[in-house]
Amino acid sequence: MSWPNISDIVGQACDGVTTARQNVEKSLQIIEEKNPDYNAVVSVCKERALERADYIDSLVKQGKNPGRLAGVTFIAKDNYLVFGSETTASSNMLKGFSAPYQSTAVERLEAEGAICVAKANMDAFAHGGSTENSDFGVTKNPFDSTKVAGGSSGGSAASVALGMVPFALGTDTGGSIRQPASYCGVVGLKPTYGLVSRSGVVAMASSTDVLGPITNNIDDCSIVLDVMSGKDPLDSTSVERDKEAYSILDLGLSGKKIGVISEYFTEGLDSTVRSEVEKTIEILRAKGADIVDIKIPSLPLALAVYYVIVPAELSSNLSRHDGQRYQYSDSTARNLDESYELSRSKGFGAEAKRRIMIGTHVLSSGYYDAYYKKAQTVRTKLINEFNEAFGSVDFLVGPVAPTTAFKIGELVNDPLQMYLMDVMTVAANLVGIPAISIPCGKANGMPVGFQIMTKQKNDRALLAISKSLELELTK
Amino acid sequence: MANKLTREQIVSLARLARLKIDDEEVSKYQSELSVILDYIDMLDNIDVSGLEPTYQVTGLQNVFREDVVQKQPTDAGKLLSLTPSKQDRYIKVKRMI
Repeated sequence: MSWPNISDIVGQACDGVTTARQNVEKSLQIIEEKNPDYNAVVSVCKERALERADYIDSLVKQGKNPGRLAGVTFIAKDNYLVFGSETTASSNMLKGFSAPYQSTAVERLEAEGAICVAKANMDAFAHGGSTENSDFGVTKNPFDSTKVAGGSSGGSAASVALGMVPFALGTDTGGSIRQPASYCGVVGLKPTYGLVSRSGVVAMASSTDVLGPITNNIDDCSIVLDVMSGKDPLDSTSVERDKEAYSILDLGLSGKKIGVISEYFTEGLDSTVRSEVEKTIEILRAKGADIVDIKIPSLPLALAVYYVIVPAELSSNLSRHDGQRYQYSDSTARNLDESYELSRSKGFGAEAKRRIMIGTHVLSSGYYDAYYKKAQTVRTKLINEFNEAFGSVDFLVGPVAPTTAFKIGELVNDPLQMYLMDVMTVAANLVGIPAISIPCGKANGMPVGFQIMTKQKNDRALLAISKSLELELTK
Repeated sequence: MANKLTREQIVSLARLARLKIDDEEVSKYQSELSVILDYIDMLDNIDVSGLEPTYQVTGLQNVFREDVVQKQPTDAGKLLSLTPSKQDRYIKVKRMI
């Protein structure tokens, strides 16, 4: 069961061909049918969604403008603060948490008539690449239920692939939008750092966390970004958006300067994935793009940099979960200190604790310079190399992940191997640049994603080239 | 494993992070953290002379705003309703010692 393009859904709602209520009911029905098999969703916002739908329908009836996303249903990753359901980041630590305010991104989407119908499963606190770290069970891949949907935004990607909603929201700290989008055969955009306000989203690593849409196609992705993006007084790291709409794009591939990242085409890349990605590069070349090989020598260091900076920042961000102010609190503790320790030990899962331990170590006295400061300095080296590359090409391309979706349970006992799956996505987060995953084919029946990156604040051009490529891929 | 942390180091880290861990977990973290720290070691010999660390990736510094009183959209009662233990308008915690 699929959805029309978002602009058509809005058109139909405004013309009275369908109603917002019908859209919400359709989403809820598909969730009810499919979620028991795939576990893409951890909770539904049924009551509030229906109320909002009736409100949108009443605006239409009164001849008022119901907004650019009127009656369009969506699913937010469970780390977005949203009214109408719990916000748990799929962790027992936040079980039962009722958001006292909403994330800016969701507020902006609602102001244009979009309706959140459910919360998507994720790796708890977004720690992971498979949703196997969710405290509420793994999300299964829509193309093969013995395989993972990817992560950490695995529920979001699966929910779009399963047709529950036309779009879902994800967060991407090191690939958590792009990798599940790649595994589930949908579009996933990680915008420029700061383009979408982080206010009201459970923080992971503040210097690399980015919010973005997961959709069926680039048009839908563009219109959702257009609504979500822009500076927000509640997030001082947010940046000004482009004045032009993200949804009106200058198409064409001819003459575009595109660099193929050599470091991503090594022996670690699965041959079937490689073949699909190379076919896509040939399409770009055939349509007149100027393709060159680009070397980014520090790229093999990106994952090591990432696994210093991110645990450091998340161990700091997670210190707020102390069992005193909200949600999980151990009742057996005899004093305050024990209450902190017991609440955190029981509330956090194994992966959060592992990362808190690493982060605490790399930030601890005597190690800070050797690990954290060193990693942030190698980060500068990486940024310089990307900037140099963008001096000669407009876009960089490559795979999203070294393989297609892996089997559930295959990597759970090997944290480092699991971390290595992020090797092609983390650089964009460290450099703050926009990057997108576009479905480009299948390898042994499983979707393969094609990654395109560009320089900071060039998100419009990224969407334009993505749309141009999509037109060729769907011919 | 070049970076094998001692049991004492693991216990001390857990204490700093306010995590209570048992003996079995100490052993588990000893090996898991060592594998990851060994991987991170590849940064050791990278020449970064003349480079400064990047803490903010879009180059923002000191984002100021006017110091004016703003009405908060979230009321205190709603926030307090989330606390595990409270008395009147105060969050109640266990005794300190």
